[in-house]
Amino acid sequence: MTDDSILNLRGITKAYGDVQTLAGIDLELRPGEALGLIGHNGAGKTTMMKIILGLIRPSSGQINVFGHNPAGRAHGDVARRLGFLPEAVNFPGAMTGLEVLKFYARLKGIDVSQCPGRLAAVGLGDAARKRVKAYSKGMRQRLGLAQALLGEPELLLLDEPTTGLDPDFTRTFYDLVDERRATGAAIILSSHALAELEPHVDRLLVLQNGRCVAEGDMAALRAQTGLPVRIRVSGGDGSMREELAALTDIQTNRINGRTVEFICAPERKMELIELVSRTQGVEDLQIELPNLDRIYSHYSNGEDRT
Amino acid sequence: MNAVFVITAQEILDALRNKWVLSATLLLAGFALALTYLGSAPVGTVGVAPLGVTVVSLSSLTVFLLPLLGLLLSYDAVVGESERGTLLLLLSYPVRRWQFLVGKFIGHLAVLVIAVAVGYGAAGVLAVMRLEEIAAQEVAAYGVMMASSILLGSVFIGLGYGISSFVRERATAAGLALAVWLTIVVIYDFVLLGALTSGNGAGLSDGLFNSLLLVNPADAYRLLNLSTFELTANLSGMAGVVSNGHATALASLSSLLLWVAVPLFGAGLIFSRKEP
Repeated sequence: MTDDSILNLRGITKAYGDVQTLAGIDLELRPGEALGLIGHNGAGKTTMMKIILGLIRPSSGQINVFGHNPAGRAHGDVARRLGFLPEAVNFPGAMTGLEVLKFYARLKGIDVSQCPGRLAAVGLGDAARKRVKAYSKGMRQRLGLAQALLGEPELLLLDEPTTGLDPDFTRTFYDLVDERRATGAAIILSSHALAELEPHVDRLLVLQNGRCVAEGDMAALRAQTGLPVRIRVSGGDGSMREELAALTDIQTNRINGRTVEFICAPERKMELIELVSRTQGVEDLQIELPNLDRIYSHYSNGEDRT
Repeated sequence: MNAVFVITAQEILDALRNKWVLSATLLLAGFALALTYLGSAPVGTVGVAPLGVTVVSLSSLTVFLLPLLGLLLSYDAVVGESERGTLLLLLSYPVRRWQFLVGKFIGHLAVLVIAVAVGYGAAGVLAVMRLEEIAAQEVAAYGVMMASSILLGSVFIGLGYGISSFVRERATAAGLALAVWLTIVVIYDFVLLGALTSGNGAGLSDGLFNSLLLVNPADAYRLLNLSTFELTANLSGMAGVVSNGHATALASLSSLLLWVAVPLFGAGLIFSRKEP
């Protein structure tokens, strides 16, 4: 464990009877790092967050958050430096949004005078004095983010945060999260919306049935999966296609008369590009790297769905 | 601010918003006023009954009512928050499990205090104003009744937390709470009465009978209110049951206090093991 790590998990296992919800998870997070936690429902994402929050104790393994055991005596100190947005967050309905936020601010020992401003920042300025009962799911999620950001947490745990959010606020949401990350906070984001997750995380951890099946940045995961790169070449007439196909054994798909798609193993990408650049009549070239969706489905199905 | 008081304040605000305070207060005031004005029928006079009579009739009603009120306030304290999804978030804050329970307890206790103080207090004040002469002992008995009613309610708040921490579903908690209420408040006395009358009264010795009354919080409450003061003991016919008023008062008070402390502590133990 390095000195500046915010979070350190070593061989974390959580079992209920014979069922292992988490099995041997290792993870280290440093300031400013954002981790995407992906996996199917019941893969152990929420359990992992609960363990980090100190709400449940692991069956075995070592956990350190800010150098403490979050479920131990230091729970309060750890909790003050954490922000958490649970999945499908809910609040006492009889309270107004402002009252709810003030309640959480007081629990964290934060000056409540900043609460109206924080509500405005998540677009709830006008709804601050409305009862939470009347809030839509998206509004509750906004309030959830406002409370998670209270006290400038150094570790932010966001469980499926953007479900039910409109695209507009999803952008604001990630802006606020990125802002926190830029000031040195570590972030753990679990999400099903893989495409939107990709630009906001440095690393990914893929959970499957409680096991970590892959961990690393996008480049590492791409390399690990060995998923093909798709290269589309267009221009000229049909002869270009035949010409190119004759030069290589790389599999091709014909899109239309002018365009041909190569499905190319990552290590042969450069070779193909070189070949294409030497071919007469090529007007355009598009390279499509496997995205998170495809990487994820590779792990969850054990195959590439093309 | 300490987490306990933040939670207490929230709980009181919630009870005010949900009209809990209002309805509990109106309920108690309604019963107390009705018994104050109509309760004189058994003693054969019309109009406002002596305060001593009200103590006897009102405490006989309270013994059923306050446990129910306490359980209603508390049965979903944990399981309800867990079902609504507010518990997980709350526990991720710098709040210890015991702080959560104690904070709720003080909040719910405050609801009871307000309801009893205003509801029973108003009836008491009205009775005192309408009566020409009033014995100090009657006022004292009324005061003891109010205080012990709050105590009896808190016993069942603690029991409600225990139930709420133990079960996984709100509906189960409600059913269990009802069962606890029935057992302690109703069935226990039936069984005791049955044992007492069977075998020509030889089934239970006086000492055992008194102990069996003392270990039940509802009966301890009855003993405290109906036998402590000579006046109420005579009115309720409890004078024969209890020979030493002061010792009984002390014993029943201790029983009630233990009944507040032990379930609350037990609830804390169960809750601290719960995985949200």
